[in-house]
Amino acid sequence: MAQEEFNSDDVVAVPLRHPWRWVFGGIASALLLGFIWAIYSAPAIDHSVITQFMLDPRILEGMSVTLWVTVVCMFIATVLATILAIMKLSENPLQRLLATGFIEFFRGTPLLLQIVFWGYLGIIFPNLFVGIPFTDIIFFSGQTSQLIPAILAGIIALSLNEAAYSAEIVRAGILAVDSGQVEAAKSLGMSGGYTMRRIVLPQAMRVIIPPLGNEFIGMLKNTSLLQVIAVAELYTQASTISSANLAQIELLIVSGFWYLVMTTVLGFPQRALERKYGRGFSVVGARTEGRAFKVGKR
Amino acid sequence: MSNLMVEARSVRKHYGSNEVLKGISLTVEQGEVLCIIGPSGSGKSTFLRCLNHLESINGGRISVNGELMGYRQSGTVLLEMKPSEIARQRQAIGMVFQRFNLFPHMTALQNVIEAPIGVSGVSAVEAKKLGTELLTQVGLAEKADHYPSQLSGGQQQRVAIARALAMKPKLMLFDEPTSALDPELVGDVLDVMKGLAKAGMTMIVVTHEMGFAREVADKVVFIDKGQIVEMGTPKEVLDHPQEARTKAFLNKVL
Repeated sequence: MAQEEFNSDDVVAVPLRHPWRWVFGGIASALLLGFIWAIYSAPAIDHSVITQFMLDPRILEGMSVTLWVTVVCMFIATVLATILAIMKLSENPLQRLLATGFIEFFRGTPLLLQIVFWGYLGIIFPNLFVGIPFTDIIFFSGQTSQLIPAILAGIIALSLNEAAYSAEIVRAGILAVDSGQVEAAKSLGMSGGYTMRRIVLPQAMRVIIPPLGNEFIGMLKNTSLLQVIAVAELYTQASTISSANLAQIELLIVSGFWYLVMTTVLGFPQRALERKYGRGFSVVGARTEGRAFKVGKR
Repeated sequence: MSNLMVEARSVRKHYGSNEVLKGISLTVEQGEVLCIIGPSGSGKSTFLRCLNHLESINGGRISVNGELMGYRQSGTVLLEMKPSEIARQRQAIGMVFQRFNLFPHMTALQNVIEAPIGVSGVSAVEAKKLGTELLTQVGLAEKADHYPSQLSGGQQQRVAIARALAMKPKLMLFDEPTSALDPELVGDVLDVMKGLAKAGMTMIVVTHEMGFAREVADKVVFIDKGQIVEMGTPKEVLDHPQEARTKAFLNKVL
């Protein structure tokens, strides 16, 4: 009887079962729930303070500063990073040396130190001027503290530091593009700049965007370091409030919550960009007779 | 000026101490089809890439359409041109690669019209018309909106030919255009190339397709170890080779 059943053509193939996934899933859920409960029920945490400050105008204003500073810094950093990456891949040794020096310098010193440095620039150079060196000709001059307010110092510090990191990401993306692409472009009479803009960079984007999305999230959180030069972003606002009402933990939870919301929301445009630059590469996206079918047939 | 399209005079090329081309001299007249055959590593592809200056040369000279390619003569030396001047010269020379090298982020039509619009300044409307005509010519009009990854190797190579033709070149270079294709797809690509030859295009083809060389070539060159061993009509070189090395090579291939 059993033999008969086994020989039957009418058998069902069952995929591998994963019972341990349920076990570990259960343990992880229990730990997570326990942690949330511990925080929620801690007597030191006053829930009314959290709800009171969640939508406080100062917190919301801090968020808007955090967001626009992040976007501006990432924009400047990405442009600089692309220039640095192209310089580092240049045949010109001087360009390579300059780019390498910049990257090494800004990656090699702590971000906090750089922020404080730019914030205190007015102490080192009380006056800034534009003119011709070693002559008395000056086109323009002014007090450093007025020309570079704290927020500008913060933007400079974050942008330059981020450019150094992103440059390596962009460089990796450019190197990932097949050299045959450049040859084909050359053979059609395209100039180097045109080839970079229209052929190489759009393909490099596919490789660049996922790690750059990471950098974006990192940047959003690093803006909190601008507290040391008193830029009124989210963390600064939260700590200013808590230094008055002494509800440190509650305000950390408030700002932490909003940071989490912002970093989560940033993931959506990233996925849209990944789809855009994945065109022509994705097998799943094949419209009529893509490779996916062919592979299946073979 | 005669109607010489390509004139190569003792072209030399080395990578370090490795001599790849040891003085190659040949001419191709307008409308002629030259096939270059030879074992792998013989320098035949390198020579082809020197013709549009994808590779620089170390000695000798190459003229295309009466113009010194990639260099300017100054007394007894050749000075390399600026990249922009070389780019201008390359516009008149189409090239088709062994691995197609289509731009994967663009559709077939976009691949074809990118250079006419971006390099020659043709209007988008005009370029689209030209692109559609060329895709029809290579038998792929209905694939215009497909990305390269959605096309077979043979179809990709035909798009690549259309892309090169879109710049209205005076000379077409083919670097083993069928070597990366499945056997059943080779015929379509060769048919397109035969059509081009018939229409009077000047072509230099590095190939292992002896049948194609016999049928289409006006001249066949056998290159081995960076030197021309034998040159002549397909009949002379392929059917009645004089040199022992040519005979040995053909025995292996045919």
